Amino acid sequence: MVLVVVERDGDGTLTEGSAEVLAAARDLAESLGVPVEAVAVGEPGDLPDDLVKRGVGRLHLLTHELLDDGSPSCLGEALAGLVADLRPAAVLAPSTDRSTEAMAWAAAELGMPLATACTEIRPVPDGTDDTWEVTRERAGGILLEDAALTAPIRLCTLRPGSPSPSETAAADEMTVHVVVPELRASVPRARLVERRERAAGMTLTTAPVVVAGGRGVGSSEGYAVLEELAGLVGGAVGCSRVATNNGWRPHADQVGLTGTRISPDLYVACGISGATQHWVGCMNARSILAVNTDPEAPMVTRATWAVIGDVHEVLPAVVDEIRRRSGR
Amino acid sequence: MDVLVCVKRVPAVGAEILLTADATAIDTRHLGFTIGPHEECAVEEAVRIAERTGGSAGVLTVGPPETEEQLRYALSMGADHAVRVDSPETDPDPEATAAAVTGALGELPPYDLVLFGEASADAGHAQVGFRVACALRRPVVGGVKGIDLDGAGGGTVTLRRATPDGVELHEAPLPAVAAVLEGLNLPRYPTIKGRLRAKRAPVRVLDGPGATGGLRTLRLRHRPEARAQTVVLGRGAAAAPAVVDVLAELGMVR
Ligand SMILES: Cc1cc2nc3c(=O)[nH]c(=O)nc-3n(C[C@H](O)[C@H](O)[C@H](O)COP(=O)(O)OP(=O)(O)OC[C@H]3O[C@@H](n4cnc5c(N)ncnc54)[C@H](O)[C@@H]3O)c2cc1C
Ligand SMILES: Nc1ncnc2c1ncn2[C@@H]1O[C@H](COP(=O)(O)O)[C@@H](O)[C@H]1O
Repeated sequence: MVLVVVERDGDGTLTEGSAEVLAAARDLAESLGVPVEAVAVGEPGDLPDDLVKRGVGRLHLLTHELLDDGSPSCLGEALAGLVADLRPAAVLAPSTDRSTEAMAWAAAELGMPLATACTEIRPVPDGTDDTWEVTRERAGGILLEDAALTAPIRLCTLRPGSPSPSETAAADEMTVHVVVPELRASVPRARLVERRERAAGMTLTTAPVVVAGGRGVGSSEGYAVLEELAGLVGGAVGCSRVATNNGWRPHADQVGLTGTRISPDLYVACGISGATQHWVGCMNARSILAVNTDPEAPMVTRATWAVIGDVHEVLPAVVDEIRRRSGR
Repeated sequence: MDVLVCVKRVPAVGAEILLTADATAIDTRHLGFTIGPHEECAVEEAVRIAERTGGSAGVLTVGPPETEEQLRYALSMGADHAVRVDSPETDPDPEATAAAVTGALGELPPYDLVLFGEASADAGHAQVGFRVACALRRPVVGGVKGIDLDGAGGGTVTLRRATPDGVELHEAPLPAVAAVLEGLNLPRYPTIKGRLRAKRAPVRVLDGPGATGGLRTLRLRHRPEARAQTVVLGRGAAAAPAVVDVLAELGMVR
């Protein structure tokens, strides 16, 4: 069997990432001639109905009060126990922080390797050895890595945006298997003591336009015109790591490998060179406008549109032009 | 409090990345090396905790002798002792790295807090810290952007975890493990005095367990890029009307 770790949103619906992993799991299971089963935490809710439509015939529901904290030690230990019982050919999970951390703990508990951030899984199903091949993203996708994964049970987390789910044959029936894991009392654990929701409003990840500035902006005051432009186009302000390290902007604004990865409709990169660690954060933007004094800057050569010039001249002129046309 | 930070030497790549002829690694002949930003913040935090509590901040890496350059960088930031677990590989499999760190923690004096980056800056396996926590049966929290020691007298630490929906506070009994993110703090630049001290500081070298894992790199590849030729809208302020035309076309301004 192929076992899929599925996650649900706050309102109980299957996450998009989990749906993609289910689709990938179905293709994999078909090529191996085995069924797909799923594992989730908590109450069943609508999950069995949703999963049966996606070709899943059995759902293992892990129920334990400690699992509500989302701690990798609890979820990891519970997963490891289930996997040791079921002995699936593979366990696939979405590459969210929560699932990745739990899979890492489970892998350690099982004494097995784990391939994270996979974009493709290629089984070698002839049974001669345990090795499969995977393609994974290194460092947020700066490079792709083809790797050999050798284990009797292949543990993988999958990046979103993997294969596009094709039409699925529904499973005939759904069995729900409730599992109450025995979590060792001897393991000291972290406990969730408080949860604070982010205030509603636009964030870097939800903004349709991100106006970002780098070293070329020159100072924290220099961001005023970026704020103004972002306000006019209904967007948010982002920055490069140079801006964060200089204390010009908070780290929450940083785009890139160790900042936020975004996919807005338009990314306006002002005075940003386009280093790989920055590029992986914005490469999924639908379009990019680069403003840079250097026509050879990698951000310029990879952009959809570019303006060659000083941000301090270009941006005020753009803001003036928008105001002139709209009469504001 | 005694804190240990695990750091990894990684190539400081720029805008273009060259691969070795057999494509199994990055061609580093013309590159410098660094530690990842998550780990730099971990070192900064360890140094601050040591200063505040009168404890110590250690750094540890698993790798060949040249990785001591990164240990010395951490020492120049204010860490007070360094350990290298000898391994012939610069980019070991995460199982092997975790085994080496776990083994070393068995030999070294006890630490109250062991810090990792959430993910290494080159391989990005995002698992070594959690594997070590599992092997040592220690509480672990990932995605940490804040460490509060108010409960340390009572033997706990409060770890602030960033989630997609907001923030979670987790309380962990000490000794504990945390995997941290950049943004935890703003790391200091080493002082000249720090650099001089780091140059002379001894690095303790431990034998590695020589463990290997089940994940082996076959080849690295660049991701296929499908971007059209850049349209240059103009130079300087004169390009503003063309820029606003584009914004209007995208429906972002009227
Ligand atoms: C492990 C690791 C992780 C990293 N993670 C991140 C990350 O998450 N995000 C990130 O951003 N970086 C990250 N970095 C840093 C990254 O490598 C670059 O150093 C950084 O992105 C460069 O920022 P920049 O483009 O603002 O500065 P620079 O590279 O210095 O580029 C400045 C650009 O501005 C242009 N310019 C200068 N003056 C003007 C002007 N007046 N008008 C217009 N243009 C001008 C220049 O031509 C140049 O192209 C990471 C690095 C490492 C090693
Ligand atoms: N070779 C290494 N030596 C010491 N620590 C490491 C090494 N590799 C990884 N780590 C630590 O483990 C974290 C996660 O790494 P990874 O699982 O490779 O993403 C890193 O941020 C480091 O703190």
